[in-house]
Amino acid sequence: MACFQRLEPMSKSLTNLWHPIASAEDLPYRHIFQGQLLGRELAVWRADDDFVNIWENRCLHRGVRLSIGRNEGLELKCQYHGWRYANRSAGCTYIPAHPADAPARTICNRTFPVCERYGLIWSGEDPTGDPPEISLLEKGRTLPLRSIAVNASLNLVLEHLANYRFSLNGDPGNLAVTTADYLDQCSLSVTATCDSKQSTVLFFVQPVDSNRSVIRGVLCSSPTDSERLLTLRHHSTELSHLREKVELDALKAPLIQPMTPTIEQVPITSYEIMMPSSGRKASLRVQVLRKWVTAEGIVGLELESIGKPLPTPQPGAHIDVHLPNGLVRQYSLTNAPGQGSLYRLGVKLESDSRGGSSCLHETVKEGDVLAISEPRNNFSLRRDAVKTLLVAGGIGVTPLLSMAHTLRNNKLDYELHYFAQTDGHLAFPEVLQEFGDAVVLHLGLSPEATSKELTALLLGYKSAMHVYVCGPGPMLEAARRIASEEGWPDTAVHFEYFRNTIEIDSSSSFEVSLARSALTLEIPSGKTILEILRANGITLMSSCEQGACGTCEVPVVEGDPEHQDVYLNDSEKAAGQRIMTCVSRAKSPRLVLDI
Amino acid sequence: MLKYRHVRNLGFGGLEHPVMNLLGNPEVCTNGAILDLWHPVVPTSEIEVGIVRQVVLLGQAVSYSLTAPGTYFAWRTDPAIPAGTVFMPSVVTENLPVLHRYGYLWTSLGDPSESLFEIPEYDEPDRRNIHAATIGVYCSAPRAVENFLDLGHFPYVHTGVLGIEPHTEVVEYDVHVDPENNELWATNCRFFQPMAAATSTTGKTVGYEFRVPHPYCCLLYKTSPLDSSRVDAIGLFVRSVAPDYIEANMFLSLLDESSSDSFIRQFQQLIFAQDKPILENQNPKLLPLDPRAETPVRSDKLAIAYRRWLSDLGVTYGVLPKT
Repeated sequence: MACFQRLEPMSKSLTNLWHPIASAEDLPYRHIFQGQLLGRELAVWRADDDFVNIWENRCLHRGVRLSIGRNEGLELKCQYHGWRYANRSAGCTYIPAHPADAPARTICNRTFPVCERYGLIWSGEDPTGDPPEISLLEKGRTLPLRSIAVNASLNLVLEHLANYRFSLNGDPGNLAVTTADYLDQCSLSVTATCDSKQSTVLFFVQPVDSNRSVIRGVLCSSPTDSERLLTLRHHSTELSHLREKVELDALKAPLIQPMTPTIEQVPITSYEIMMPSSGRKASLRVQVLRKWVTAEGIVGLELESIGKPLPTPQPGAHIDVHLPNGLVRQYSLTNAPGQGSLYRLGVKLESDSRGGSSCLHETVKEGDVLAISEPRNNFSLRRDAVKTLLVAGGIGVTPLLSMAHTLRNNKLDYELHYFAQTDGHLAFPEVLQEFGDAVVLHLGLSPEATSKELTALLLGYKSAMHVYVCGPGPMLEAARRIASEEGWPDTAVHFEYFRNTIEIDSSSSFEVSLARSALTLEIPSGKTILEILRANGITLMSSCEQGACGTCEVPVVEGDPEHQDVYLNDSEKAAGQRIMTCVSRAKSPRLVLDI
Repeated sequence: MLKYRHVRNLGFGGLEHPVMNLLGNPEVCTNGAILDLWHPVVPTSEIEVGIVRQVVLLGQAVSYSLTAPGTYFAWRTDPAIPAGTVFMPSVVTENLPVLHRYGYLWTSLGDPSESLFEIPEYDEPDRRNIHAATIGVYCSAPRAVENFLDLGHFPYVHTGVLGIEPHTEVVEYDVHVDPENNELWATNCRFFQPMAAATSTTGKTVGYEFRVPHPYCCLLYKTSPLDSSRVDAIGLFVRSVAPDYIEANMFLSLLDESSSDSFIRQFQQLIFAQDKPILENQNPKLLPLDPRAETPVRSDKLAIAYRRWLSDLGVTYGVLPKT
């Protein structure tokens, strides 16, 4: 009799063990499998990149089972209100009822650990240690048996399995002598011996709930084609008989109360109530996994998390990179939600670099560790447009790439217009290829010719069309002017500047009252509102600190703002309801802010 | 025997409710805030003269009948007066209060107010008042009401009828409690609909108002496709059989002279059939009143207000009260 190593001490709590929860075969692409372990329902789905997601089977919004939703490849879409959650991180990436707003990062499904091994998917409530490694299965060829659901408790099923008998040649009239050996409190091996030949089956019993289990058997050999079907059918028949016996026994046993797994509370009551929590914080640590030259003067960087998984990036989001030389710079993420567990950036070496891009180009190497902020999205993508135009100038293509990925994955109508000097200047050409005909290149154009092209592509605005522009200042100005001339409303024109080229005038002095904090502060010349707020202990998020990114925006209740930013559009500036605290000031003696 | 245990063990609705409750351990409502209300029993159009019939209301068996002169009776079920037998008013020892209103027989297991909430449209002479369907759903009454008050699910659940992608945005609307009747209202709601009513032929943005006059009853008013200055009224009057099983009545008061009753009913039944699998897949089945149990967004303003309103009324049946 072969001796098996015990996998775990017998006393270990069921919640701390790894359990099989599905067969690998249960997870074809674009399908969601409904599983259950220790009373908790699970939505299990394989993404297009082969990652297996194991989530609480419950949309955070209204508790609808995610298993009745749709697996869209890299995102799971809830059937009730179309909320989307990203592959891997399980973060919410889109709330269709509010297409203009980025979902709060805190909206993230509960995930459970996963391991795919021996044709089974393993998980657990809170497993300690590594998933089981079974030497017998590691080396030999194996054959997973049909899983058998049984209406009986784990222990009752194990008791019966310890007496499981089968034949070596599939003949039900010729059952062999068997011996059983427990591997841990949920699994055992059964070996049949006949005429000096042996066959071993490992049984892993999945505790579905107090009174329900699934027997998942793996045969430790791989019969030839002719015997394979016979063997499978034999075990299927014998296990079905076993199920009938167990269930008859279960009827005699007192019914145990079903398990009641706790559902975690959501961290916030409502996503718009989220208050900014800090200044420029670099809460994440990443390692440069790959750095390569993707185009003339542009490097691509792939950043991988050290420690906890990276938060879900939304299309259009950017991060602050805290550079080894102390500078902080913003870069857009080029990959879409659900595309891998890393962040991809494209960084152009600026000819007038003040140390940011040159540091990333020259100093930072593969393997280096960088501190970055969590992604922020002030350039968020609506997914309710009848058609979306993405207009990129040079390195401005980076946020638009993540948008293009998302629009393509969602099968929405879009075009990506990419203005660049030559085709050698096109960043991420391999990614552009994936978009096929949706990409239109405009190479080597003068400013006049660029304007002409912009006019041509912005012709024929229709309701529910949206355009997103990112590129150098003059091109952005031209695009915004032309869009306005062609009848695009401000609300349909979205733009992101690299930087604010307006010369900031910080000479004025004025008073700021905070409506919610009942506090009045003097803003002297030479100091920004943001600086004075922070000096008075008021925490406010910020990122670029030059009026380009929109992170430090606050609502204005009263007063006449002097904006000086390039984030708000003209009608938003005219309305005077919001300011960027890093550059905006007051024309009136007093501003009342809603914080 | 094995089969029966099999279904029971699965923990799905199946045979468990409400039959199990009737046979074994009925979850009888003891919540005064609910017991004292009027509850719909059945549509009066389906009541036969002179025969005893029976339903379950709030975990209790209730019998009812109608006499030839047209008087309705309801009483707590008495084994001496079995369902299906000929009805004689004199044998009922203790009658429950009854109302005949909006095409339904209403009763109460507590101490109800004199009258039911008003639906002024019901009495307008050019309207058609129709009972569209009674549908059993394995969910709690408040989950069904909350779903009825929700615009955001139209493109996903009623695809191509009441909503369609990419027209998914729920624009800001107003919510208030009418202090006079303590009714919850949402006004100035608008939503794009490809086929808002049985009579619609093209898509358009439709105006909506929602009204909750009763924890388990609600109405919506939407722009009439025939006359944009008037509204159609659609009501959902729920009889809660158990905390997690309901029989929902759909009531219509429409401006529609041309469609047949059966066409209108089929349209409403299609809509409800689309909601049913969603309602039966919500976990937990009871509506959680703790705001941190689920994740509301701005478009859920009415749902948030409804949960708070239920809390303030002291409703504990069909909900998970705030801890």
